[in-house]
Amino acid sequence: MKFTQALKHLLFTLTLLLSGTVLADRTILNVSYDPTRELYQDFNKEFIKYWKDKTGEDIGVQQSHGGGGKQTRAVIDGLEADVVTLALSYDIDQIAERARVLPTDWQSRLPNNSLPYTSTIVFLVRQGNPKGIKNWDDLAKEGVSVITPNPKTSGGARYNYLAAWAFGEKKYGSKDAAKEFVKKIYKNAPVLDSGARGSTTTFTQRGIGDVLITWENEAFLAVNEEEAGKFEIVVPPVSIKAETPVAVVDKVTKKNGNQDLAEAYLQYLYSPIGQKLAAKHYYRPYQPEHANPEDLKRFPKLELFTVNEKFGSWAQVQKEHFDDGAAFDQIYAP
Amino acid sequence: MPQSNIMPGFRPAIGFTLFYLALIVLIPLSAMLLKTFQLSFDEYWAILTDQRVQASFRLSFGASLIAAAVAAVFGFIIAWSLVRYTFPGKRLFDALIDLPFALPTAVAGIVLAAIYEPNGWIGKLVMDGTGVQIAYKPLGIVFALIFIGLPFVVRTIEPVLQEFDTAMEEAAASLGATRLQAFVKVILPNILPAAITGFALAFARGVGEYGSVIFIAGNMPYISEIVPLLIITKLEQYDYPGATAIGLTMLILSFLLLLLINGLQWWVRRRSGQL
Repeated sequence: MKFTQALKHLLFTLTLLLSGTVLADRTILNVSYDPTRELYQDFNKEFIKYWKDKTGEDIGVQQSHGGGGKQTRAVIDGLEADVVTLALSYDIDQIAERARVLPTDWQSRLPNNSLPYTSTIVFLVRQGNPKGIKNWDDLAKEGVSVITPNPKTSGGARYNYLAAWAFGEKKYGSKDAAKEFVKKIYKNAPVLDSGARGSTTTFTQRGIGDVLITWENEAFLAVNEEEAGKFEIVVPPVSIKAETPVAVVDKVTKKNGNQDLAEAYLQYLYSPIGQKLAAKHYYRPYQPEHANPEDLKRFPKLELFTVNEKFGSWAQVQKEHFDDGAAFDQIYAP
Repeated sequence: MPQSNIMPGFRPAIGFTLFYLALIVLIPLSAMLLKTFQLSFDEYWAILTDQRVQASFRLSFGASLIAAAVAAVFGFIIAWSLVRYTFPGKRLFDALIDLPFALPTAVAGIVLAAIYEPNGWIGKLVMDGTGVQIAYKPLGIVFALIFIGLPFVVRTIEPVLQEFDTAMEEAAASLGATRLQAFVKVILPNILPAAITGFALAFARGVGEYGSVIFIAGNMPYISEIVPLLIITKLEQYDYPGATAIGLTMLILSFLLLLLINGLQWWVRRRSGQL
């Protein structure tokens, strides 16, 4: 009988699949945004070693990366992340509110508002900086081509947009003027990619644009990966402090019996080794004293402001800037 | 009950068909419908009449129609060459046609963007020669959709051309028809229904295409945003009803257009005496 044979095959495959999961030791899934890939590859190795030394248990850590918006939505829709390490607290707020898999006061559970490291937004320009870009207002000049992702889909792009807006509001004195200023910058953008990595590719591989507005760590990565001297990092005198928080997803870890593991994983980010690795991968560590001084020297000094200082809260930012019909949509309206 | 059906296995066959359709097609579609119904009609209408949404609808449907038309013409020529002539490397060519089917669309998109962007091989030539920019403009979207749509046309026309009895052409010639007359009056009417099917398939694929288009489109609001991108943008803002509303509208429009194309095909077949 063909049917029984097919059934046998099916059962066999199922057994194989199941045995895989049963035999494997505990594994946790870290859902993160785009540019943290390299950091967590390094960090996971260290953590697995640390856990084995401490408890004798072999564990695995899986990583998932992508545009922050997409990753957040995947977790809300049921992707079983044990921990989330995302680009902005608003994304984790959304997970807490919409999927109710962690408490809404998640941010107070770990030191420094659940921020083991932070980052900022800088410019990447071509060799010799031919357009002479030094500050945010240079981006609004005519004839300058600016590469930045779409703030509706990318967390990094939201920081880019907000940094430019805050600069404009301070320099020109009103929200309307700020909007006009930001509009000029986006007029100079020939492409809107959906994520930070996409924009980096457009700028470095496709050779489009005079300046890329991007994460500090992403800029360093691009400079190091390409041949020396092809790109330069330009640090504006003032920029936004990108607060990139981490959290344990309680309901998932409880279900999978991974609570102790997930908590230790995030705690380890705050350990001297975690802090050192963050700095190594161009994230600004919460406790710089643990980092390699050589790594710290690479971070330029600049004036940083936070989203809460300039805009109140992410919820307000969302409502005033990124909701449908809000400021970002208005600057594109014909 | 059609108990007089001579073919055995009617019940299991129809049972399977219904089960399959329900599971794979109808249930997901009705889920979409339900989500859309979370909106009031006014909200639904507000989403549809939003200028940005309308611009993307014009772009998606316009670019798909143009691309399908271009693919239909060139696909016909390619199918003709493959069927009617022998040349070295013909089999290789034949296999190449299917590549767009097999290639992950994102790979296709990245390759197309790299080639047609203003600094790319072809993009630079065209840019320097005519000043026309292909990638990151609506034109780039059309190029990507032609690429995606071509195999549909070739693969639907090819078998019909192969089946086509050359005796009919010979008869036309012996009755005094010129080559052009034989082509227009004898060959074309026989091929047209298949070409229309190919066109419809290429069009339907083009409207929903995301991966290959997104890298070459530029994605500027009001200018080069395709409908699927707008849906993704809405999803990323947790606006599920809004996203499904656009999706549903897209589905209805595509269905109507496909119905129209099928009607056209039926009309052509009837006129050419194939029905």
